[in-house]
Amino acid sequence: MESNDNNLTNINIEIFSPQKRMKLKHYQQQHTQVKAEDNDIIMESEESELFSSKRLVIPGQIISREGEYLKGHGTFHNGSNLIASVCGTLDKVDRLISVKALKSRYHGEVGDIIVGRITEISSKRWKVDVNSRLDYILMLSAINLPGGIQRRRTSADELQMRNFFVENDLVYAEVQMIMGDGSVAIHTRNQKYGKLQNGHFMKVTPSLIKRSKQHFYSLECGVDVILGLNGYIWIADTEQQKNQSAFIQKHEKENFDQACIIPDDIKQISKDSRDRISRVKNSIALLEKGFLLIHSKSIMQVYHLSNKMKLGAKDLLHPQYIKQILTLLSTEYNDDIKDEE
Amino acid sequence: MSKLSYISPEGLRIDGRRANELRRINIQMGVSNRADGSAYYEQGNTKIIAAVYGPREISVSGQSIFDRAIVKCEFATSSFSTTERKPQQKTKGDRATTEISNLVKQAFESTIQTHLYPRSQINIYIQVLQSDGGLKAAAINASTLALIDAGISMKDFVCAVSTSCIDGVAVLDLNHIEERSGGPDCLLSIQPQIGGVISLNMDSKVPQDLFESVLELGEKGCKKIFSILSDQVKKYSTDLISNQLKI
Repeated sequence: MESNDNNLTNINIEIFSPQKRMKLKHYQQQHTQVKAEDNDIIMESEESELFSSKRLVIPGQIISREGEYLKGHGTFHNGSNLIASVCGTLDKVDRLISVKALKSRYHGEVGDIIVGRITEISSKRWKVDVNSRLDYILMLSAINLPGGIQRRRTSADELQMRNFFVENDLVYAEVQMIMGDGSVAIHTRNQKYGKLQNGHFMKVTPSLIKRSKQHFYSLECGVDVILGLNGYIWIADTEQQKNQSAFIQKHEKENFDQACIIPDDIKQISKDSRDRISRVKNSIALLEKGFLLIHSKSIMQVYHLSNKMKLGAKDLLHPQYIKQILTLLSTEYNDDIKDEE
Repeated sequence: MSKLSYISPEGLRIDGRRANELRRINIQMGVSNRADGSAYYEQGNTKIIAAVYGPREISVSGQSIFDRAIVKCEFATSSFSTTERKPQQKTKGDRATTEISNLVKQAFESTIQTHLYPRSQINIYIQVLQSDGGLKAAAINASTLALIDAGISMKDFVCAVSTSCIDGVAVLDLNHIEERSGGPDCLLSIQPQIGGVISLNMDSKVPQDLFESVLELGEKGCKKIFSILSDQVKKYSTDLISNQLKI
């Protein structure tokens, strides 16, 4: 029960210092009492401590024998024993115990902002790959018609579905609802959602992307980033995307019944911004390699560090520099804590 | 010497081990970044890579089961993995290969909590890089690690080891030469923590009076392998999360 009390104090501290939480740290039950100076010494012993204190568990490990807890995700009952079924961090909320796997596929919740790829067109719906255990469904009635017209979808619309999205298109969408049979519907009924074009796509482990109010960022370096909660990430040039959406809007107003073909001069991206995009991409890849949370702050931290170190965008993922940057990140963070104190 | 002696008078086997000793095990997890989970597994000279994809959308429509996931397994040996170089076509789909993939598939169908992933499929791909006996056991152990890396819910680890009896002595973890001795090749796979035997396969008969000692040795071997695997899993996950802890 002692660790339970510990938990509560931790939660309090997290609430009162949102600044600290926004840093790269997500791991909740962490050393709030530990001072920054002796951080390294603690780490030595923590290796085994994480497991002996049952903050990390492996599949098949018994969490509790008495049946005093309720089973949450990642656990199951075997007789009176509560047993973990995945390898990951243990979460205790009151009497409910759940285990969050370190890596796993995306599991959708209503309102999540995601990036997906169209895999199939069937009657009145698209199937979208979102790195989940099933493809999600995008209904014809759940998209914005060009020009934002509000009307019933007719059979003519159904025949023209390929004008909106074809296979392998990337879409930016939101989870609409979870149906009774477990399948999930998404929608793009908002100006900002829709097809993604002329940019860079990458995939990370979904557990590294934190739920927050915002998942679309225009970074200060002139790069747009969409961090889909499903681990799919879209990176593009801000300026180019702005021109492109202006062109599409104009096109839709004038002749909305024709497919929109974007001319080459709008597709154009300068060498400079290509370089910035690849630097952002590699910064994210580096964060994933270090298993650190990915959000606009952490991306920019790595971005600036790599600039400061005068690394080319392609050198960022050299094993030696990865290590160097990761240590720099942790020292920077520890300095911040000292400053606050 | 007309007959190869598998155990010397001093009680040492051909490669210098004693009858109850395992070969050195070397593990690396998360080796492939395209797969959902992957592991490299080395036991003596046997080297294997396992990759897990899924749970994901069913690839062949009509195969889906409404209340659980299907598990598929593909086992392949590289043409350069054995002493004789086989053409690629022959290594795929022959009897031995299909047998091992079915074995792995069955072992994990009962261990993965498939009811949590209805209408989806989980693929396990196993590639043998170097083969020196104990392929079945190594394939199962490597798949366990890859599935854990993929974050798929399982009741327990599955740990497997091959045992046999040669010249009336129970022997653990056979290498290639010992496998060809003509003795019974007995594969035991268990769930070490919640308890229970997943499979016990015998290629030929084990004498009744020796069976118990063979089984006991196998169980001990599985437990030992479990402690090695779990140590590695713990180390791997601590390593993964250590950066988050530092920051």
